[in-house]
Amino acid sequence: MSRPWIYGLLAEFTNPTDLVAAVHAARAAGYRDMDAYTPYPVEEVAEALHAHDRRLPLIVLVGGILGGVGGYLLQYWTSVVDYPLNVGGRPFHSWPAFIPITFETTVLVAAISAVLGMLALNGLPMPYHPLFNAPRFALATRDRFFLCIEATDPLFDDDGTRRFLQRLEPRSVSEVEQ
Amino acid sequence: MSEPREPVPILAPGHTFGSVTDQISAVVLTRRTPRFWWVGFGIGFMLMSMLLVAVTHLFLNGTGIWGVNVPVGWGFAIICFVWWVGIGHAGTLISAILLLLNQEWRTSINRFAEAMTLFAVACAGLYPILHLGRPWLAYWLFPYPNTMALWPQFRSPLIWDVFAISTYASVSALFWFVGLIPDLATLRDRSESRVGRVVYGLLAMGWRGSARHWQRYETAYLLLAALAAPLVVSVHTVVSFDFAVGIVPGWHATIFPPYFVAGAIFSGFAMVVTLAVPLRALYGLEDFVTLRHLENMARVMLATGLVVAYGYMNETFMAWYSASPYEQFMIVNRMGGPYAPAYWTLILCNVLIPQLLWFRRVRTTVPLLFVISLVVNVGMWLERYVIVVTSLHRDFLPSSWGMYSGTIWDWATFIGSIGLFASLLFLFIRFLPMISIFEMRTLVPEAEVREEEAT
Repeated sequence: MSRPWIYGLLAEFTNPTDLVAAVHAARAAGYRDMDAYTPYPVEEVAEALHAHDRRLPLIVLVGGILGGVGGYLLQYWTSVVDYPLNVGGRPFHSWPAFIPITFETTVLVAAISAVLGMLALNGLPMPYHPLFNAPRFALATRDRFFLCIEATDPLFDDDGTRRFLQRLEPRSVSEVEQ
Repeated sequence: MSEPREPVPILAPGHTFGSVTDQISAVVLTRRTPRFWWVGFGIGFMLMSMLLVAVTHLFLNGTGIWGVNVPVGWGFAIICFVWWVGIGHAGTLISAILLLLNQEWRTSINRFAEAMTLFAVACAGLYPILHLGRPWLAYWLFPYPNTMALWPQFRSPLIWDVFAISTYASVSALFWFVGLIPDLATLRDRSESRVGRVVYGLLAMGWRGSARHWQRYETAYLLLAALAAPLVVSVHTVVSFDFAVGIVPGWHATIFPPYFVAGAIFSGFAMVVTLAVPLRALYGLEDFVTLRHLENMARVMLATGLVVAYGYMNETFMAWYSASPYEQFMIVNRMGGPYAPAYWTLILCNVLIPQLLWFRRVRTTVPLLFVISLVVNVGMWLERYVIVVTSLHRDFLPSSWGMYSGTIWDWATFIGSIGLFASLLFLFIRFLPMISIFEMRTLVPEAEVREEEAT
């Protein structure tokens, strides 16, 4: 039985090792809709969750290519087509002189794509999230490690999941309201 | 014989996730502002007001209030611009290149070094605009479709500079902000005032430390570092092109790009030491910024200082080897002409005194290190003064020779920009964590996952 106003069940751990063990156990028990929350990046937790998002490098690559090509074409078009300026008879398409700005625009657009891409893939900014209702969740940005099994998981069951989490010996288990 | 060295830790023993978080965030979240903060900010703010007066006078009367004139058309404005941009190199170098090289000790100094970079670049960015003559038309530097049907001259290093500096400022700001997001979430969750919770909450954008988010976050951070690393090198290279592409004796040299980049890192690290030494003492952060950090920064200063010394040597050699009478005269005039005292002071500050850093006792004596860092800051300013002024004031025809010195308005603008820098830095220290909290947590011994128990 599951109540619709419940977002999930939140288990609190005091160190990263216990959290990684808990994520492994939850995966083994068949849970999939879950996420872990840590005060600093813990690679092993992401691995245990099978969280491998490889889209960001692609976004940055596309951003960099667009920035570089755009920067070069801007210089080419203005210096050769729209406003050719004869400086001492040098060629209008003096490409070596265009390289520094092409490099700068490549880096600029790639960096902006990295930041905006990361935020977009993470769904940020998101001022409200059900987890912020859990009173102890504020410690996730200090010294506690959390595992949340979400109510959307087909195996989720108020009592069963609670008993399962309690067997992992967390410091506390609490309900998260929507 | 020196005794075998004890490895000094990069984080003092006995810290936990909680103690690291509490100690660093307390600097921001405490209600009481310490008295030295008010003194420091007050002095900075007064100097910044002087900058405002100088700039107002400039806007009303034009660049004639400065000492620049034919033949020295580039004076304090470009000297201070290059000096500030150089200082601005250490932040991104520490955060990007040392991150890619896996230098864990960078963790506790990268945040305020990045802030220092932003504020130094902000000061630097003022000068070219102020020097435009009609600064309200500064936007003409950017390519945009306009009714005059004009475009910038993309073959000019001065336009490259516009792109290099504005890209560097933007990417540094992004890098800094991305690094701040998890710490802003910490401040949001720990702030006791409603204003603090709302403001830090808005800035943290709802960060909640999800493992899926951290994975993308780390990818983004590494990619930004990889993008920023070549950018750092490119910025001062482009700045050096402002000189090297010109045919003035003393400027037209291929050594300029590497020599400028090394000088930038040299002065940047000197400024980080200048700021780190008083801050760690005043805020009691000796556990986080340990002697090992100071010693490593001293080593970087020593190494880049030697590259700069090579640059000075190479300039002298090339003047002789070029067989150009103008180049040869330039170096003789630089070493023995009217500006010789400035040249020899810069050699003393940048080449001779930093040699003390070979000694471990000097590197670990904090007050001495602080004094050396100040000396290097002065030396690097003099270096730019010598490069700009001695090359221009006697270039080719003796009939067009002249002398240059800054007026009171040049000095007011320069010292005022130090005030702007100090004001911004003090505001940063009061309102944002000056050490990256989440990265410090990774240095706590229990941060490691014990593999055998986790599976």
